[in-house]
Amino acid sequence: MLVAFILFLVIVGSIVFHFWTPWWWTEVASNWGNIDDTIILTFWVTGAVFVAVCLFMSYCVWRFRYKEDRRADYEPESPRLEWFLTILTTIGVCALLAPGLIVWNKYVTVPEDAVDIEVMGQQWYWNYRLPGPDGKLGLTDLRNITEDNPFGMNLDDPNGLDDILIEADDLHILLGQSVKVNLRSIDVLHDFYVPQFRAKMDMVPGTVTYYWFTPTRTGDFEILCMEYCGTGHYAMKGRVLVDNEEDYKEWLSEQINFEEYMASLNKTELIQLALNNKETD
Amino acid sequence: MSKKNSIFKLLSQKPWDPDQAKLDNLHEGSTLDISKGKLGLRYLMIISTIFFCLFIVTYSDRLVYQDWKSMPEPILLWLNTLLLVITSAVFISAQIASNKNNFEIVKNRMIAIGLLSFLFLLGQLLVWQQMIDQGYYVSSNPANAYFYVFTALHGLHLLGGLVYWMMTIKKVWNPKDIIVMKAKHTVELCAIYWHFLLAVWVVLFGLMLLT
Amino acid sequence: MAADSYEDIAVGKGDPIPALEVKPQDLYHAKSFWTRWIFCQDAKVIGIQYSLTAIAIGLVALVLSWLMRLQLAFPELVPFLGAAEYYQFVTMHGMIMVIYLLTALFLGGFGNFLIPLMVGARDMVFPYVNMVSFWVYFLAVLVLAASFFVPGGPTGAGWTLYPPQAITSGTPGGDGLGIILMLVSLSIFVVGFTMGGLNYVITILQARTRGMTLMRMPLTIWGIFTATVLALFAFPALIVSCIMMTLDNLLGTSFFMPAIVEFGEQSEYSGGSPILFQHLFWFFGHPEVYIVALPAFGIVSDLISIHARKNIFGYRMMVWAIVIIGALSFIVWAHHMYVAGMNPWFGFFFATTTLIIAVPTALKVYNWVITLWKGNIQLTIPMLFALGFIVTFVNGGITGLFLGNVIVDVPLSDTYFVVAHFHMVMGIAPVLVVFGAIYHWFPLITGRFLHEGMGKFHFWVTFLGSYAIYFPMHYLGFVGVPRRYYEMYDSEFMAVSTNYLNQFITVMAIIVGFAQLLFLFNIIVSSKFGKLSGKNPWKACSLEWRTPEVPPGHGNFGKELPVVYRWAYDFSVPGAKEDYIPQDVGPSEVPEAKAEQT
Repeated sequence: MLVAFILFLVIVGSIVFHFWTPWWWTEVASNWGNIDDTIILTFWVTGAVFVAVCLFMSYCVWRFRYKEDRRADYEPESPRLEWFLTILTTIGVCALLAPGLIVWNKYVTVPEDAVDIEVMGQQWYWNYRLPGPDGKLGLTDLRNITEDNPFGMNLDDPNGLDDILIEADDLHILLGQSVKVNLRSIDVLHDFYVPQFRAKMDMVPGTVTYYWFTPTRTGDFEILCMEYCGTGHYAMKGRVLVDNEEDYKEWLSEQINFEEYMASLNKTELIQLALNNKETD
Repeated sequence: MSKKNSIFKLLSQKPWDPDQAKLDNLHEGSTLDISKGKLGLRYLMIISTIFFCLFIVTYSDRLVYQDWKSMPEPILLWLNTLLLVITSAVFISAQIASNKNNFEIVKNRMIAIGLLSFLFLLGQLLVWQQMIDQGYYVSSNPANAYFYVFTALHGLHLLGGLVYWMMTIKKVWNPKDIIVMKAKHTVELCAIYWHFLLAVWVVLFGLMLLT
Repeated sequence: MAADSYEDIAVGKGDPIPALEVKPQDLYHAKSFWTRWIFCQDAKVIGIQYSLTAIAIGLVALVLSWLMRLQLAFPELVPFLGAAEYYQFVTMHGMIMVIYLLTALFLGGFGNFLIPLMVGARDMVFPYVNMVSFWVYFLAVLVLAASFFVPGGPTGAGWTLYPPQAITSGTPGGDGLGIILMLVSLSIFVVGFTMGGLNYVITILQARTRGMTLMRMPLTIWGIFTATVLALFAFPALIVSCIMMTLDNLLGTSFFMPAIVEFGEQSEYSGGSPILFQHLFWFFGHPEVYIVALPAFGIVSDLISIHARKNIFGYRMMVWAIVIIGALSFIVWAHHMYVAGMNPWFGFFFATTTLIIAVPTALKVYNWVITLWKGNIQLTIPMLFALGFIVTFVNGGITGLFLGNVIVDVPLSDTYFVVAHFHMVMGIAPVLVVFGAIYHWFPLITGRFLHEGMGKFHFWVTFLGSYAIYFPMHYLGFVGVPRRYYEMYDSEFMAVSTNYLNQFITVMAIIVGFAQLLFLFNIIVSSKFGKLSGKNPWKACSLEWRTPEVPPGHGNFGKELPVVYRWAYDFSVPGAKEDYIPQDVGPSEVPEAKAEQT
């Protein structure tokens, strides 16, 4: 009696907690609101199953509690019931899977108008690279990394000259402009994640991974590293600001590109090849 | 009836059904018509096969990259392969002798097998020596790394086999009537394992030759 | 059923080796203290040795979890705990719980104790190998424990040991002995487990008693059998990845290590693939989940059936579900890697296979609760634990549908939602089964009951407490709180109240932990002073309760092995006098019992 009642309370408590919880996701700041929708859908379908199964169980515990003079039923199986439950479950699973895969398809298909940017993770901070006026990111190679060339830019690639480099500073992006985030790591695994954007992907040394999103409201958001990357993992944070056009332009004008960066170090001779290639183009 | 069919049939029995119960009551208790030793050996061979297959999968994953540089195959490696083939052949003759209860021949075959196997291991070590002298270090290229890993793991399997070989020797050298059957059985298991190792080696060696 | 199928299942001769000159039961008689208790070849003793070792190392993991929780909620109480120690504790806690506690306990502990008894064998088929298996496992535990005492401490790479960080200097223990000892210990564990698994599989297949067909076996045996077969296929992947990572670390090969720049230094590595490790690891790691879950499924089926006095509903479906889940578990591994940077198109395939697994799993749950329907439910402690298992397992199972659906996984992966999910589904749920099983079979092991009052207290604190820990924890994941963070107070996307929830969880974790100490106390006291149980106190049908002596002696069944006439679930058969008919009771002894023909 008491057992059934406590089990019942656990279920009711869970439902109450779900509807009254103060802990819920942050207000979405990107186009991935439909990820939230798939979560809500999953909540309804699976929550219904959870509540139904557990309530049925606590009912049985109460209704069929032990009595000396009663015999349990003898029923090895019931193919009809089992088929019915199989089909019902399959339908439920399809209802979860189909919308999920549709949204996933969208997630992995980058729109044409998305602007490439690069995020480069290293223990334990973030660097960024924007393509500059030519809209192309220059090629990089990890083997090029030296003190003078922290991004490992290829020194003969003219596309890299106007790339804007941001080392361990805030990233700004433009409101409403889709971005394809190219993710690169130079040491261990990292993961570039902003809770309000919902999207994430690991960065793996040796390859470039990506995801895309469109920021839908301005603001100042916190970046977290979401893939364990060593002792400083928890401190690997950064900031990304979604600006309107005016603020963004102003910020952009304050940044320096690779060519200017090398000039500031008096190492212009290192990128002579790239400069030559640029002229011959 | 095919075997596959029977598994499905077996799994669809209704154990509570009185008619089924009459059949089930006659069941002897074992599922497969095979000795425990042989089944155990098969189990271990399956695990080894999976083990080497996983290596081969990672190998084929790796070799498509540009930094892959194939290693030369020294003559000695062919000789070692030949040694393994001869060992297997000797084992077949030992098996034939043991089936005829001719344990004198089995004894001398078993000693030959032990010597050949040690010779093979020695040969493999010599190959390593040659490779290292020529500057093919384990860390200099993934092809080298795989070569050393494959040979080392195959060698370890053979060493494990030699432990069983010693147990076989012990049984063959103890020809009390009661365990003649047991000795035969052990010789057979030992032979199967050696053939298996030959097969593994041929696959690994072939793989390294072809790439 | 057609008569021709009989030939396939009940085959004749079997072993070509003639009987040994000594009778089997004489073989196992121990000669001295050493052979009786230490280097014992009796599967029952080996099972207990496995269980005690697993529980001992599990206690270490419990203390580590307390320290971790204290750091997260009340860091001022554990000032000695730096980030490095925190990550080392997280890693060791996870590794110990998954491999050295749960795997060893279900297969090494329950497997050894129950398999020969339940299938009606005198012992495992290779008792000597079985003994070696335990000692190899013991060695693995020692090597693991040794890593706490080496310079640099144990590895702090997270239990997944992902390269490159596992063997780089930015990770605690990564450039010292810690990671090497971990890899060596895992390899030793796999070797030991292979020897044990050899015994479980062959004993179940070949050494059953007369009349014990595969479909008459209790579901416990089906669960353990399938889990062992899974382990047979999965563990090679673990040992392969351990070997390759050790070589990367010690000899500088580049199997998993790409070229990296570590704190400004160019490395010697080049061209390896960290993702390849993840594939190998999860090719082992996902079946590993089922290696733990399937024995739990099997055991809980038996507990529910016995204590509800009703046959398990849909026995055949339960067997099929176990086998299908086992098979499917090999084609879902990459659902742990949706955001790991693999080819995004894999997501479609693995999300589909993962959600398909939900169907047989859901059917098992349905069958458990339908078994309760029209039962005669005795709310014994094992039954309570079984009920607790259903609640936590369903809860953890449905959150698996969140994480398995690739797009839903994107925001939730690597948050506390994942932590809550896997603790609920493969931490709490199987552990509740372990407890239920211990309460259930303790009378068989010692001849005494565990103390009931303490047992009930233990159940309610453990069940309600752990539910209160992990249910709200999912909501931290929705907020976006990342896992594996040493501290996280200064993030403004989290409300202040999130810290209160964290503190609540920590307090509950400490309470639940202490309840386990009470349980250990109960075991120690009851094994000496507990109420005597007599034979077959739960009135179960399966063979382990039908031994001539309790606890069963060497050779298990005295002079003659039992002969099986029925399945293990003949409860409340219409017409029969008792509400159970044991498996070795022939039809002539219960002529009035009429089984329905469905």
